[in-house]
Amino acid sequence: MGLEDLNHNFLTGTIEDLVKWARRNSMWPATFGLACCAIEMMATGAAHFDLARFGMEVFRASPRQADLMIVAGRVSQKMAPVLRQVYDQMMEPKWVLSMGVCASSGGMFNNYAIVQGVDQIVPVDVYTPGCPPGPETLMHGILTLHELVRTGEITRRRAETGAGAGVHVTERRVAVATPT
Amino acid sequence: MTIAETSEGAQELLPKARTAGVEYLREEGSVLRIPHLPEDVEQVPTGDDTMIINMGPQHPSTHGVLRVMMELQGETVLRCKPVMGYLHTGMEKTGEDLTYLQGPTNTTRMDYVSPLFNELVFSLATEKLLDIEIPPRATWIRMLMCELNRMSSQVLWLATNGMDLGAVSMMIYGFRERESILAFFEKVTGLRMNHNYIRPGGVAVDLPEGWRADVLAILEAFPERLDEYDTLLTGQPIWQERTQGVGVITTEECLALGVTGPILRSTGLDWDLRRDQPYLAYDQVDFDVIVGSYGDTFDRYAIRLNEIRESIKIVHQILDKMPQGDYRVQDKKVTPPPRHRIDESMEALIHHFKIFTEGFRVPEGEVYVAVESPRGELGCYMVSDGSAKPYRMHIRGPSFVNLQALPHMIRGALIADAVAVISTIDPIMGEVDR
Amino acid sequence: MDEPDAVPPEDEPALIHGSISSLSRGQLVVHPTRADYIDMVGLLYDDGYRMCVDLTGADYLMHLDRPLPAGVVPERFEVVVNLISTEMRRRIRVRVQLPEDDLTIPSIYRLHPGTEAMERETYDMFGIVFTDHPDMTRILMPDDWEGHPLRKDFGIGRIPVQFKGAPPAR
Repeated sequence: MGLEDLNHNFLTGTIEDLVKWARRNSMWPATFGLACCAIEMMATGAAHFDLARFGMEVFRASPRQADLMIVAGRVSQKMAPVLRQVYDQMMEPKWVLSMGVCASSGGMFNNYAIVQGVDQIVPVDVYTPGCPPGPETLMHGILTLHELVRTGEITRRRAETGAGAGVHVTERRVAVATPT
Repeated sequence: MTIAETSEGAQELLPKARTAGVEYLREEGSVLRIPHLPEDVEQVPTGDDTMIINMGPQHPSTHGVLRVMMELQGETVLRCKPVMGYLHTGMEKTGEDLTYLQGPTNTTRMDYVSPLFNELVFSLATEKLLDIEIPPRATWIRMLMCELNRMSSQVLWLATNGMDLGAVSMMIYGFRERESILAFFEKVTGLRMNHNYIRPGGVAVDLPEGWRADVLAILEAFPERLDEYDTLLTGQPIWQERTQGVGVITTEECLALGVTGPILRSTGLDWDLRRDQPYLAYDQVDFDVIVGSYGDTFDRYAIRLNEIRESIKIVHQILDKMPQGDYRVQDKKVTPPPRHRIDESMEALIHHFKIFTEGFRVPEGEVYVAVESPRGELGCYMVSDGSAKPYRMHIRGPSFVNLQALPHMIRGALIADAVAVISTIDPIMGEVDR
Repeated sequence: MDEPDAVPPEDEPALIHGSISSLSRGQLVVHPTRADYIDMVGLLYDDGYRMCVDLTGADYLMHLDRPLPAGVVPERFEVVVNLISTEMRRRIRVRVQLPEDDLTIPSIYRLHPGTEAMERETYDMFGIVFTDHPDMTRILMPDDWEGHPLRKDFGIGRIPVQFKGAPPAR
């Protein structure tokens, strides 16, 4: 196109790619800790594991300022309506990451009190295994989500399932870019 | 999907007229009456100048999913009521469905900041019902792990309390210290949290090679760091302003409410189960029980900080006294055969299979066992009917009872101090709701 | 936790304030009737058991004929109260039998204000009603919940797990 003749440097691209790039790079999680996983989520954000490396350290206390909900822990029958309300308060586009087995499937607590999988209440995009998942696993889940958002895969999957993207972090089809 | 209503009505400020009657009745419990003390109940103003405000269950400084309803007059909290159950997991019901060997898997997820204590109290209750004596090495390994866990728990409290009061750097430091202990736990138990390491009959595995050096490294790093916190917080005017004289509670109130742990000790009563009703081998180690004198938030901060120092002292003694021997009881009834025997003998394989599928039978009886967790008295009431599963398993969570002191500690305080008071109780909601 | 001194040997149950007492694994237990319960807690309070650390219940649906000290009539439900004396460094446990058809027991809230939440929890989990309690409502379960989960005739509520959509072996 002969761009090299221009005096100033600039990039061209589609607006869609720009939006995806922006969404991926400014993902703000809500501080929504429920149980054991919340401690690991805090540990992920703290000094040793330092979620700030991925531009994710700004945990927003208000759901209205957040676009990622990390469901960290078991969801009880009493908490389920609250969880849904917090989700509804978040602005679109919003992503949900189910952290740990309790949030993903009820885990070892298959009983009257626990919702057997948070996907019954909110659409889940990424499932992270572990009880609780170590900070590394949570980061892997977050990076998987980043990659889904960047490639636009997440919207395709959502259209496919009619709910959340429902990606397991062990899934091989989702490539995770190495952080630079 | 439709938006479900919450069970307590909408999560917003309700008009005064709608809350007044019923809620006043419900919140009467927040006014403390102690039988042997004169009635000293302030009349709560009722009028349009008060406002009921709802904090939680999704709030960054409620330490999880605690919900506090507060009635305010201006900025003063007149009454408050903790509403819980948002993390009710049905663990006591699940515990009746798991064998005694699987039990610690369940209980360890209650108090997820000090999981080893929950395993310990469950195992002690089971062992008391079984009437078995565990080998000395198992006892001392349990003490070592529990004291390290106490340190990590108190450090985590310092971190979150610092964060709640605006000392965010404390949060970063606290988690750094906790990581060093968690790395050791991961090496010993394979997990950072929810270890399932202390089991009825002893511990899951022996300590790994080089554990002594790892523990010594932790012990060497800690005192210096604690001194840093002293510099960072103790003498700092802002910290003192925000904690001294805030959330005061007296010994009488604590006893009436059943409050234990650092909150009780902050009022000046030296009650520590490790010293007063020794379990494990705490009668063979030398340590001080830290007490406060004012019963305020600052005292509780100082107690928790100094309890880390006492734990360091205890761990040093444990390192000196750690005996050799078995790490679990050599009782065929409760102990699975060693791994190498399974390859050699069919009987050992069958035995192993039976222990892990059917479990072992525990004689009939009922027992209550208590240990001193970082938050207070952690008790386990267990009823056995002679089968391989507990007939009734109840955990007395210290956070659950301590949280009931919140209305009394918060009454008359400013709303900004409410955060400090909630934080100083150190409620772990997993243990509150179980 | 054990009570080494001043307790009678296990084979001859002694009376504490007129109620049968026993030793359970070396721990002192007293079995007042429901009518004596509130007086018993009051008398123990005067004896120095100033702190009530725990109050809970138990449902013995499957063991209605369980062994109890002579003179104690077993019923389906039990309320178990753990008291502690910080001065004597002692514990005592109070077990009260409650028949299934009349699940009420006086509240000890006036004496031990800390039992307010514990009694609510026991009500929530077992349906045992504490009379004179200021706020006999559910505490852990949602207000509109039906049933009392820790009763033995309340199912654990397990949902069968289906493994569907599992990825193929790689």
